Amino acid sequence: MEVRREKLRALSPLEEPRSPAELRVRQLRARDLLRGDLEGADLERHVSESVLTTTLDRATRWGRANSIFPATFGLACCAIEMMSMVSPRYDIARFGAENLRATPRQADMLILSGRVAIKMAPVIRRLYDQMLEPKWVVSMGACSSSGGMFANYAVVQGADKFMPVDIHIPGCPPRPEALLYGFNKLQRMIVGNPDAGWRRRYNAIGTEEWARPVTGTASREEAEAYAAAREQSVARHAELAGESG
Amino acid sequence: MPDAPGLELIAQDLNDAAAGSVLGTYHEHGQGCLIVDPERILAVLGWLRDTPGQEYRFLASLHGVDYLPAQPRFGVVYELLNMPRVERLRVRAALADSGPDELPEIDSCVPLFPAAEFQEREVYDFFGIVFSGHPDLRRILMPEDYVGWPQRRDFPVGGEPVIFTRDERDVPRWFE
Repeated sequence: MEVRREKLRALSPLEEPRSPAELRVRQLRARDLLRGDLEGADLERHVSESVLTTTLDRATRWGRANSIFPATFGLACCAIEMMSMVSPRYDIARFGAENLRATPRQADMLILSGRVAIKMAPVIRRLYDQMLEPKWVVSMGACSSSGGMFANYAVVQGADKFMPVDIHIPGCPPRPEALLYGFNKLQRMIVGNPDAGWRRRYNAIGTEEWARPVTGTASREEAEAYAAAREQSVARHAELAGESG
Repeated sequence: MPDAPGLELIAQDLNDAAAGSVLGTYHEHGQGCLIVDPERILAVLGWLRDTPGQEYRFLASLHGVDYLPAQPRFGVVYELLNMPRVERLRVRAALADSGPDELPEIDSCVPLFPAAEFQEREVYDFFGIVFSGHPDLRRILMPEDYVGWPQRRDFPVGGEPVIFTRDERDVPRWFE
């Protein structure tokens, strides 16, 4: 009987075996390891295929990003879209954030879903202060980001006037897909690998507002600070590009 | 509804009961309206409520209006309803503007219609019209420490200029 021999590739730990033969080889190697029979090059190969090395910091951030507990908190019409984000059709459970908590003490993320009335602002600030660290805030829609169409006496012109906001999602209201996309951006931010997005595509790294070239009557210290910030931004993005590519 | 002649009869009877209380009448969209002297608003409302044959016992709504630049500037509008006859009557008190430092003032009708309490608070909140004799006159919808009367027509609309990075770079402090 002819024995077919396939050349087997070395698998990385996160890679799925592509053929039954590859799976079988892995299984046999694992059995030998448990028996204590695996030695030498085979042992080396088994270890390199099954052990992932990382830093504790990075593993913690990975875990945090993939098990966010949002607060059950709706402000206005955007909340309808936020509710459908939890539904099976959009299903934020795919990203590990399906567990909406009814108290800020147990929540990691606050979604500002709607316009913020000036009477509501102190309430939201208190909710935010009650959340435990680490905590993140997503401003959903035009109203909570900038006041939107409500340019009047009753609505705060942008929720970041009274609390820190990590992600602004445009739209009126944003579709649940947009909210999920914003949520994915937040996850990347937590993991520590933020994509420069359009700045990379348009070759615009280093033109951030806080890193802009100085105009007008800036003092020498300000000019130096801006130049340093710009250099830092360019270096940081170069480093990130090297890491991911 | 009282028709136009019926409205004139009510106005005459009111002027007999409280001299000079009705300043004018008008009848439009099938509804009659009495324009009354704010000094005598309680006499007018009490007469309309208690006189046999009138008996407008239900205050359906109370609201404020700002007619700027017309004079007199403010109006407090009382929508009265007679439930058995299903007849509505509108009473409007024409209030003059009392200058930037003082608030216009009118008698509270809470002793006659207890349901007016929250609505008078709302009118006070948005138009700065003081109802003297009100048991608890504070803001009801805006925060307690809010400054200004936001539904007046000379109140700024609000909002703020959007500052784009590009504008700031090309023309520093462009928004000033």
